Amino acid sequence: MNQTKIITAASELGRNVLEHGLGGDVHIERVQRQEKIGLRMTFTDSGPGIENVNLALTDGYTSKNGLGLGLTGSKRLMDEFELTSIPGQGTTVSVTKWK
Amino acid sequence: MDRIPILKLGDKLLVTIQVDFHDRVALALQEDLTEKILSAGAKGVLIDISALEMVDSFMGRVLGNIAKASRLLDCETVLVGMQPAIAITITELGIALQGIHTALNAEGGMALLERLIKAKSNRGRTANASKIAGRPPNLQRG
Ligand SMILES: Nc1ncnc2c1ncn2[C@@H]1O[C@H](COP(=O)(O)OP(=O)(O)O)[C@@H](O)[C@H]1O
Ligand SMILES: [Mg+2]
Repeated sequence: MNQTKIITAASELGRNVLEHGLGGDVHIERVQRQEKIGLRMTFTDSGPGIENVNLALTDGYTSKNGLGLGLTGSKRLMDEFELTSIPGQGTTVSVTKWK
Repeated sequence: MDRIPILKLGDKLLVTIQVDFHDRVALALQEDLTEKILSAGAKGVLIDISALEMVDSFMGRVLGNIAKASRLLDCETVLVGMQPAIAITITELGIALQGIHTALNAEGGMALLERLIKAKSNRGRTANASKIAGRPPNLQRG
């Protein structure tokens, strides 16, 4: 179950890197916090960045012709979600799923 | 370019989606299917997605568009074989897949298509009958 959620979130965020971020990197790591272990995926690009993060994090908002569910959906599928974006410089989205 | 084969079975079309459902393959299927519906005069399409390990919002949109376009061509779409983990995941993702009929397996899907096609031709007949009787079709319901 977790696996399906993780690969779906990876597909959404990877798609964003390619579609909106003009290409970038993904970094996958095993993380540990106290007794918990988990998987963290970090997607980084140096594309146009996101002007209005709140808007981008609204269900159904898309600046192209997507469904606008990639960011909000990934946030729901994963346990932790962190987005940092600097307009003109790029975007980093980091998501974690605990076992 | 890789394309997904579309099999004709009477008045229905059968599509089995393979594991490598890349974006271009998905878009090609959307195109091929609408053409085939017209050329074959198909009344129903069965799409088997049991080989898929994931459905993201792009694939969800393509499947939704296929169903919508088919409907405009007077053809019903039934999606079969969705893995439970995918059902839960796409619900959480927020994909509605509205207007798409589903069945657990190909057999159930075929039976559902049969019923949908039959119900539609019956409705058509009732509507015509009421036209002759000079009454609007919606008064016939209930
Ligand atoms: N890596 C990124 N770089 C720039 N903008 C992005 C990035 N990821 C998302 N966005 C912006 O956030 C919006 C919402 O993203 P998302 O929820 O994935 O929906 P969609 O991709 O369907 O448009 C995008 O339309 C885009 O404007
Ligand atoms: Mg997206």
